Amino acid sequence: MTTETQWTTLNLGPQRQPSLMNHQHSWDRTVVESIAHALKDRPGALMPILRRIQDEMGWVPRDSVPMLAEILNLSRAEVHGVLTFYHDFRHEPPGRNVVKVCRAESCQAMGGEALAEHVKRRLGCEFGATRADGAFTLEPVYCLGNCACSPAVVINGELLGRVTPDRFDAAVATLDRNNR
Amino acid sequence: MSPSVYVPCDSGARSLGADAVAKAIASEAKKRQLPVEIVRTGSRGLYWLEPMVEVTNSGKRLAYGPSTAAEVPALFDADFLHGGNHRLALGDADEIPYLKCQERLTFARLGIVDPVSLDDYVKHGGYRGLERALALSPEQVVEEVTVSGLRGRGGAGFPAGIKWRTTLQTNAPQKYVVANADEGDSGTFADRMIMEGDPFVLIEGMTIAAIAAGATLGYIYLRSEYPHSLRVLEAAISAAEAKGYLGENIFGSGKRFTLEVRVGAGAYICGEETAMLESLEGKRGMVRFKPPVPAISGLFGRPSIINNVVTLASVPIILERGGAFYKDFGMGRSRGTVPIQLAGNVKRPGLIEKAFGISLREIIYDYGDGTASGRPLRAVQVGGPLGAYFPESLLDLPFDYEAMAAQGGLLGHGGIVVFDDKVDLARQAHYAMEFCALESCGKCTPCRIGSTRGMEVIDRILAGRDGEKAGQLELLRDLCDTMTAGSLCALGGLTPLPVISALKHFPQDFGLEAVKT
Repeated sequence: MTTETQWTTLNLGPQRQPSLMNHQHSWDRTVVESIAHALKDRPGALMPILRRIQDEMGWVPRDSVPMLAEILNLSRAEVHGVLTFYHDFRHEPPGRNVVKVCRAESCQAMGGEALAEHVKRRLGCEFGATRADGAFTLEPVYCLGNCACSPAVVINGELLGRVTPDRFDAAVATLDRNNR
Repeated sequence: MSPSVYVPCDSGARSLGADAVAKAIASEAKKRQLPVEIVRTGSRGLYWLEPMVEVTNSGKRLAYGPSTAAEVPALFDADFLHGGNHRLALGDADEIPYLKCQERLTFARLGIVDPVSLDDYVKHGGYRGLERALALSPEQVVEEVTVSGLRGRGGAGFPAGIKWRTTLQTNAPQKYVVANADEGDSGTFADRMIMEGDPFVLIEGMTIAAIAAGATLGYIYLRSEYPHSLRVLEAAISAAEAKGYLGENIFGSGKRFTLEVRVGAGAYICGEETAMLESLEGKRGMVRFKPPVPAISGLFGRPSIINNVVTLASVPIILERGGAFYKDFGMGRSRGTVPIQLAGNVKRPGLIEKAFGISLREIIYDYGDGTASGRPLRAVQVGGPLGAYFPESLLDLPFDYEAMAAQGGLLGHGGIVVFDDKVDLARQAHYAMEFCALESCGKCTPCRIGSTRGMEVIDRILAGRDGEKAGQLELLRDLCDTMTAGSLCALGGLTPLPVISALKHFPQDFGLEAVKT
């Protein structure tokens, strides 16, 4: 019989998404604290800590800088410097859905610019912004490594290739109605 | 034994619905009460045929693609499990000319094995390189790599043997091996394919490097855009640890090597090796001065072997078959094979592993079958965002390090992006500057500020009246010279390549007659 385990070993489910349903800038200090304490003894700990905060919360509150500095025995300036250097670390909570559109050369060559314009219109949102009702955050990304299937888009962690405006609209239509 | 169906689990195939195809096959088999074993593999790299499913039949792997979940019942109706004929049937996968004409050394197992099955890896020749390396002295291992002529496949093309020897000869209480998996160049995906389709070959290559240099700790610095690679790598590392291929006593040799994956945070500059080290140390990804070279003073100030994923993944076969075997492929000072990644506006995009020396024209027309849009090809960018734009008239250039450099370009990580006649090269030049401004670490002024000034100057050239253009052009050339000469790393230093090549080969896009460059 079919052995489901053969292909579920890699955990093919959708990537874990940050559970950020409210759009207030409140955050749970204990989450940040426990992540920092769990990872602080690893070499070069600040990056794995920020990475996990970002992955679990969907953003890294600037207010967490003093706490991280104290736990890691770094200056606030050092933590601030790292936090603001990397594009992935958001300083505000994202919307309920995060859409990333590749803007790099291979996707440009396959109509990526027109697709990007379509996505902006469809979502009613500019790049780098979250729609006022908190439904979507739209971000640019520079290469998803899916260049042989250009143009590429990521919707809530799921990579899509050979995306056309129609295919994008269809994917958005499958999102939970309450969250759109 | 129930028949096996192979469905790729690579990000690219999944982005085209491979998971839905696998699910549909499982449920259709259940409905028809047919015993089936579904094996998820990497991708063969024939992306226009993805998702490409395969079945075994009289010792062959028969392919069907590009498949969709909706097409699965029809495949069953055609008895594809036993090689039945169907509209999507492609025949013996190994006989597809795109694949058959390649020289797959590093990518030999891609799309064939289950990436997280150690048994499968060993059955297909895995760990023979490490076995041989353990029987040699560290000097002999380094010698094999040196003899092979293997050069860094990340872009810089530095001979791997020299790096390894330097680290071997430097005494230190701790040494490291770091795999650079921050594959940020647009048009490249070879590292991702290895990590998702044959992660053990990278792990084996790193283990050999560790044994050669006396390193006991290794890191894979993985870009965050590759979440699926992370899952596969972590599963593979656990499997290798469980069987004693990693850990305290490798292969019972008494040698120790442990490996950890660290995920980046979306900074292109962290693909530069010293910026990557800073990031691994938990800091801003700022480029370091060299010397000291990382082989002497690298991660946490210790001697470190740093190589790109493909470089390290090429090491097992070099150790298994010998450096001389590998060296027999290629031309001039470019030895061995190179994974060419064909992308952009091309009918048959994918991965082509070939000996160095194949021409761009062969790659784009014989393999790629021309543009996807059917319009005339106008430009190709070779080597990622820092690579030159070449016109159709230069397509006879051979794909090797020196030939690209001689034409004012670079081979980079082996990516080729094809553009049809709708491309505006002035816009591409502007984008090159924009990308540099966005990704500059800020250490060197020419890169940090020059890139923004570059965008402005290009804007002025495009907006300017004919009489004003000459002055602005001179300014742009001068700026590019400053960036080239005044930047520590390749980002600022090579951003002028796409700009100057666009200007040289496509002056009309800047509103200019042919100009001298």
